[in-house]
Amino acid sequence: MTQGLESDAGLRAWLTQRAGLWQGIEAQLAKLTRGRRHTVDEANAAVAGYRALAHDLSMARRVLPDSRVTRYLESSYWRAHSLLTRPAHRFVSDLAKILREDVPAITRELRGAIFAVTALFVLSAAAGASLVHRYPELASLFLSEEAINDVETGKLWTEGILNVFPPAYVSIQIFTNNIVVALTAALFGVIFGLGTFYFMVLNGLLLGGVFAFTAQHGLGMRLFEFVSAHGPVELTTICLAGAVGVSIGESLIRPRLATRLASFQSAVARGSQYLAMCVLLLIVCGLIEGHISPDPSYPLWSRLVIGWSWWFVAMCVVTGRIWRQPAVTPSRSTPAAAP
Amino acid sequence: MDATEIDEGLRIRSVTGVDFTLPVAGVGGRSFAFVIDLHIRAIAAATWLLVAQVIVTAVAAGSGSTAIMWTAVPAGAIYFLYHPIVELIMGGRTPGKRIAGIRVVMRDGSPPGAGPILVRNVFRLVDSLPFAYAVGLIACFTTDRQVRIGDMAAGTLLIYDDAPTREAVTALVAQGTAAGLSAPQAELVDDLLTRWEALGPGHRLHLARQMILQFEPGATLENSGTIGEHDALRRLSALLRPSAPAAPA
Repeated sequence: MTQGLESDAGLRAWLTQRAGLWQGIEAQLAKLTRGRRHTVDEANAAVAGYRALAHDLSMARRVLPDSRVTRYLESSYWRAHSLLTRPAHRFVSDLAKILREDVPAITRELRGAIFAVTALFVLSAAAGASLVHRYPELASLFLSEEAINDVETGKLWTEGILNVFPPAYVSIQIFTNNIVVALTAALFGVIFGLGTFYFMVLNGLLLGGVFAFTAQHGLGMRLFEFVSAHGPVELTTICLAGAVGVSIGESLIRPRLATRLASFQSAVARGSQYLAMCVLLLIVCGLIEGHISPDPSYPLWSRLVIGWSWWFVAMCVVTGRIWRQPAVTPSRSTPAAAP
Repeated sequence: MDATEIDEGLRIRSVTGVDFTLPVAGVGGRSFAFVIDLHIRAIAAATWLLVAQVIVTAVAAGSGSTAIMWTAVPAGAIYFLYHPIVELIMGGRTPGKRIAGIRVVMRDGSPPGAGPILVRNVFRLVDSLPFAYAVGLIACFTTDRQVRIGDMAAGTLLIYDDAPTREAVTALVAQGTAAGLSAPQAELVDDLLTRWEALGPGHRLHLARQMILQFEPGATLENSGTIGEHDALRRLSALLRPSAPAAPA
């Protein structure tokens, strides 16, 4: 086959003849790359083009090694290869699968880590509260000077926030901050879990310290009122993200797969599905915190109802109970299936 | 896809039996792309900030909170979401990566999906610590595939993707055919003309004389010694583009 191509004239003729074909294949691949719904004929044409490129690349490597033609063909061949072997796009069904199957399964896998992180957070909060209760001056470690002055004059820093910024802006700012906090709690697990450990301890100390300081100045109930609508899910989600961090750290300390890298990648892939769910929960928490929490027209009972109802729904999503079908019991009136 | 990591890059095995190798991009290409993208997103965010500020001031008479909603929030989104969104749209590339001739691929050579792109970008939180992407740079310098932690987590790596375009190849083939040169000969001449300014005068003249002697009909060894720089450039250009006027000195 390559005999005719060894002469310059044969090679020129071959290149001139094939250049038109490559142009056609390139246009076809570009069209297939852009769109997502293709006919069987288009798919068959792409496979034929891929085989033609493989043939020409093989030829070019023999007669024109290290040439621009060969590099161009290698690039086109790789593109065709990637296009034909790429997984199908099923965004909605993939997302549904993550929420229905993967998230509950990951919750079961991370059960131990979730309990451990939650316990760590609660203990740190208790320690923070105890420290500030005994040494009030430590509040300066957790709160800005302005916030401390506000509390000492009987005013919470959260009051009147809607007079300064619109609820939508407050919501965006809050859920962005919460998402960064959750991601940090999870990603810092890469330091063999230690990053997550310190992060959860720090946040627990901060929460406990702030509550103790406001309680000392008679504002504890008002702060509780402020956080009761969004707090339950927000704090739970931070603990769930922390559990992802623990699993990432554990994948590096005790790899379950052949290599540490493979184990790390697997933990991150599973964890990222869980974090996607955490982000969705935190966006709703941000909306509540921006629209309901600072609004004094909502009484405490309504905040508690909103907060714990949302927490119940969130836990049903996390555990998969929301998707679980009731067990089907065969009815006596139902005719037996035909053999 | 079946892939093996070898010294020259990532070798991909295909069902046709024709394997190919993707060259892995290094820290230089990666940093170059990042610096370009940094400027693009900073300029885009600043432009939005300025334009939106002018419009909001004119329309809403400068209401403070509304102004922030329409200026700072989208500008922040442009700056911080630039990488994941542009990589998703451009299939693992950004304008900076395009200029640097690199592309994000999975470790099996396939294009990355939305999940891996989001993971590698979310891990910038870790890679950018404590400042100036120090963690990411150290990871790149110390790993065999020169990847940062985000790439390790997502199972991605960067490859060089700066193959010649079809236009360049077909034009060269057509030029070579018209001038009676073979494709490799035309490529040689074209390469020399492209790199002319970068080469030293002695070297380029030596190469030019050899090519003229080889490819130009009627050129003789006796005459080749007298060919000057300007003459060599003109005759090489004429070899590649016989109908074109002489190249400027």
